[in-house]
Amino acid sequence: MTSLLRVKNLSVTFDTPRGPVEAVRDVSFDLGHERLGIVGESGSGKSQTGRAILKLIAGNGRVEAGCIEFDGMDILGASERDMRLIRGARISMIMQDPRYSLNPVVKVGDQIAEAYRIHSRASAKEAHKKALEMLETVQIRDHEKVYSLYPHEVSGGMGQRIMIAMMLIPDPDIIIADEPTSALDVTVQMQVLGLLDDMVTKRGMGLILISHDLGLVSSFCDRVVVMYGGRVMEVLEAKKLHEAQHPYTKGLMNCAPRLKDRQTVLPILQRDPSWLTD
Amino acid sequence: MIRVQDLRVTFGKGKNLFHAVQGVSFEIKAGEAYGLVGESGSGKSTILRAISRLTADWSGIIEIDSAPLSHRRDKSTARKMQMVFQDPYGSLHPRHTVNDILKEPLEIHGVNNRDSRILQALSDVGLSIDLRFRYPYQISGGQRQRVAVARALILEPEILLLDEPTSALDVSVQAEILNLLTALRRQHDLTYLMVSHDLAVVGHMCDRIAVMNRGKFVEEISAAQLRDAEPEDAYTRQLISASGKYDRETAKSFVSFD
Repeated sequence: MTSLLRVKNLSVTFDTPRGPVEAVRDVSFDLGHERLGIVGESGSGKSQTGRAILKLIAGNGRVEAGCIEFDGMDILGASERDMRLIRGARISMIMQDPRYSLNPVVKVGDQIAEAYRIHSRASAKEAHKKALEMLETVQIRDHEKVYSLYPHEVSGGMGQRIMIAMMLIPDPDIIIADEPTSALDVTVQMQVLGLLDDMVTKRGMGLILISHDLGLVSSFCDRVVVMYGGRVMEVLEAKKLHEAQHPYTKGLMNCAPRLKDRQTVLPILQRDPSWLTD
Repeated sequence: MIRVQDLRVTFGKGKNLFHAVQGVSFEIKAGEAYGLVGESGSGKSTILRAISRLTADWSGIIEIDSAPLSHRRDKSTARKMQMVFQDPYGSLHPRHTVNDILKEPLEIHGVNNRDSRILQALSDVGLSIDLRFRYPYQISGGQRQRVAVARALILEPEILLLDEPTSALDVSVQAEILNLLTALRRQHDLTYLMVSHDLAVVGHMCDRIAVMNRGKFVEEISAAQLRDAEPEDAYTRQLISASGKYDRETAKSFVSFD
């Protein structure tokens, strides 16, 4: 498999009044034309890992890495100007909650068209047409009508599809989806994942899916990176999740209640401080 | 213990009248754990809000211990029935310490032995006494939800209304809170009415489960039926197949139940 993205020894450190906080420590992985999952609990550094790839780290944060290489380019050394050519056009990001990530005072269709025009210099008319096509691609029925709705007029599931349409329209090579479905109902969640699945299999994109849901990620992705306390605990083939070696991965799997067999007491995840030392 | 008959809840008026709950009936026996599942907008939380009278526009009969409830909240039902909310970040007063939060219900109801009651409630939910004078922002999400449970239990109610008590928490913390709720039910002979969108959580906690869609009960099933995936209704089956695992073919086969 050809590698789209290589991340080596990535660390993200935030300077706070109480001293530096290491949100991500020494994380390495490769991404090909595949679905890669990054799983962890809150504070595990999974979102910061995703954001570091696009250099979208808050002002008090520092990104250090052996290398972040995308299509022969060194992202770490790229200027802000170079990054603007990469963000959206080559690598795009789907955020968690469409209610906070869409512009509330612009029609959703125009927001999608804007994404296209910024990256392609197309005319307004072409962009309009392309945006309508894109709405159709993300399986929105009645796309003419939806085009002229405002974000508060659409449901959560539809909002997330609109976000996906916006991210897909410049035809990026990599999509980073940060908890794209955790604000959605289960059935809608499945449909949105189905859409992302199509994008990877039909368009040959690379997808990084960031999530807290180990069961979901392992059934959707090809490979899973399990993170805890800013570190990678292990990297697994999703199909071989049940063969997980690390006690953290096992603990995470066991402590979720299962539909099929009822346990009287759920096993509690025992954290071992040695996981965070090398 | 709880009997609800033909409960209807509406929001808005005139042209914008919305029927959030459309004629729902169920009974919960003393000591039972009853679950309501459904997707967002199905009316499951609205039922809890009507029972706790946080919503005024309801009609039908709600009986606690064979006594019908009025539309106004009163102190005596508050001692019988308490609610735990979804988001421990929003449901605890940010400027009150844990001690203030637990003391408030005792003051309202004029209960004595406040100190010993607060200490007992903290130990019941497995919180260290060191946290007694902390503010909510100084403790973790799981600890906050424990404080919310302690606040609900401090008046020694018989019924707990649980509105998605773990959906804002990580799975490992969720396991701790669910275990705590299971143990407390046994120790204090509590009756639970629990709302969740997560079938696995409801299946783990509850004896009987009502599946809701668009303000109505789709069906009522036992936890065993849910585990064996034997529901009668197509909507319930779709909900089960959407839970937990992604499958390409299943995702394509979904239909909408409007």
